[in-house]
Amino acid sequence: MDAPLDFRGKAGIADRLFGFAALAAGTIVLVALGTIAFTTTRRAWPALDAMGFDFITSTRWAPNDEVFGAGAFVYGTLVTSTIALVLAVPVSIGIALFTTQVAPPRWRKPIVYVVDLLAVIPSVVFGLWGILVFSKQVLPVYELLHGWFGGIPVIGALFGETGSGRNFMTAGIVLAVMITPIITSLSREVMDTCPTTDREGAYALGATRWEMIRGAVLPHSRNGLVGAVMLGLGRAMGETIAVALVIGSTVGVSANLFAAGDALPARIANEWGEAEGNWRAALVGLAVALFVITIIVNLAATAVVQRTGERGGRR
Amino acid sequence: MTDTLHDGLADDSSSTDDAPVFVTSDLSVYYGAYRAVRNVSIDIRQNEITSFIGPSGCGKTTVLRCFNRMNDLIVGARVDGSILYRGIDLYGADVSAVEVRRHIGMVFQKPNPLPKSIYDNIAFGPRINGVRKRSELDDIVERSLVRAALWDEVKDRVKASALGLSGGQQQRLCIARTIAVEPDVILMDEPCSALDPIATGRIEELMQELKSDYSIVIVTHNMQQAARVSDRTAFFTVEVNPESDRRTGVLVEFDSTKKMFSNPADERTENYVTGRFG
Ligand SMILES: Nc1ncnc2c1ncn2[C@@H]1O[C@H](COP(=O)(O)OP(=O)(O)OP(=O)(O)O)[C@@H](O)[C@H]1O
Ligand SMILES: [Mg+2]
Repeated sequence: MDAPLDFRGKAGIADRLFGFAALAAGTIVLVALGTIAFTTTRRAWPALDAMGFDFITSTRWAPNDEVFGAGAFVYGTLVTSTIALVLAVPVSIGIALFTTQVAPPRWRKPIVYVVDLLAVIPSVVFGLWGILVFSKQVLPVYELLHGWFGGIPVIGALFGETGSGRNFMTAGIVLAVMITPIITSLSREVMDTCPTTDREGAYALGATRWEMIRGAVLPHSRNGLVGAVMLGLGRAMGETIAVALVIGSTVGVSANLFAAGDALPARIANEWGEAEGNWRAALVGLAVALFVITIIVNLAATAVVQRTGERGGRR
Repeated sequence: MTDTLHDGLADDSSSTDDAPVFVTSDLSVYYGAYRAVRNVSIDIRQNEITSFIGPSGCGKTTVLRCFNRMNDLIVGARVDGSILYRGIDLYGADVSAVEVRRHIGMVFQKPNPLPKSIYDNIAFGPRINGVRKRSELDDIVERSLVRAALWDEVKDRVKASALGLSGGQQQRLCIARTIAVEPDVILMDEPCSALDPIATGRIEELMQELKSDYSIVIVTHNMQQAARVSDRTAFFTVEVNPESDRRTGVLVEFDSTKKMFSNPADERTENYVTGRFG
């Protein structure tokens, strides 16, 4: 070989370009987030300034008196999304486990297809179905639950009297139906990545299918499952129109899941048209509150994943 | 392990020591319509190491995986002929594959620790067998790691992730986890193929030690390893049907390792063990 050896290569340049592009993309996302946070907070400032800390802690929302307390809506958002998660997570993970681990291969496609179909239904359709059909038909069930559990101390408080069918519970159930497809399909994807060798390793020790799932599939997919649940939760907390239609649009905090209430995004959508001045600023403030809650929940989830990750499986 | 595959049958077959552990007769294995191996008849004896050698694709893994019904997990896999394990038909109608695998453990070619801590990897088997007491589990974990010659390297970090171990350590962990359930037989599919000579040496020593309590079947591509560790050797090869171009694995010869490597009966065995296979 006559030419002097040249080990610099062209890949170096491509790698640096790619690194730069990735950094730029990441920065753009951060800048966009920062800008949104900044501008919304600025628009909300008149109301936040006037209310002070009461904006979050107070549960009184009286635009005519210029009193804006977001507490009731924060509560509504948290309660409805909690109900949605409690119902949707077991069902979604169950469907995902069934399709990836249990169902014979030829059933898999149809099940996946049907569940994914749920995801393409527009949320306003869910809302209308909730208000026109579901909230009416579910009333007897609520009354039954009230009869069974209403008398028990502590738990009984959750199952109080039912008014109309439009309440926290109905909103939570509708949300659960809406977030099931996304949690299912993300869970399914992470479970599918569990290597056959891991599964065989568990089977070779004499595990039953369920023991294999607990020993190999779930530890393998844990991080991905938390991510899937977080995406579902994000969707539930941000859902506007379906919740606005079925939650009852009442300012109220009650342990009773069958009481009407309201949630942050639903309130914004309901009042935006008529609001002006501080009222409008307060509605923007609700959006800021939602934004902050979402970030807190995500950070908490990341922390949980990291803590358990150190103790258990992943490097 | 004292309990039995299924009630009744095994009690009266709790064998005398010189009866074979496995009696395989006329075993053929199919993947869908494709017959991968045909007419294998082989006896695996107690407290012996039996090695399977042969060119790639001749069906060593396929046959090995029949012994603990691992092939049940492959869609379309099917077995013809019979395997008796201590007198019980492994593929009998009332035999559960899960129960079979609790008696017949397996170590895979590629180390496959579960994404859990070292401790939990080893405790997994005993736990599904119903061991709950912490002190008992601690005992089993330590004992298994000591036997697998891994204890000294990991005793300070048994709660750390098993995925942080080196490949050789992971393989010894997998062996430890297999002996933690105290199986009767250990099947090993090329357990040393990813290991350096030192780790390989350790595992070979370990096999010699385990031999007094277990029966071991090992698949290996390393002829010296087969010659060094095993008592008996089975040589498989591939037959190509000239008309259909179908390739089928067959058992050529099965005898004491000494005979197989010094004075084999079949010319194909001789060519293979002397490196003239082609
Ligand atoms: N899951 C499977 N589906 C279909 N065919 C398979 C499957 N596993 C193995 N085979 C086929 O069966 C034959 C025997 O394979 P096997 O893995 O038992 O060979 P082997 O002797 O273990 O080879 P190696 O030494 O390379 O591991 C091969 O022709 C292979 O292609
Ligand atoms: Mg093989």
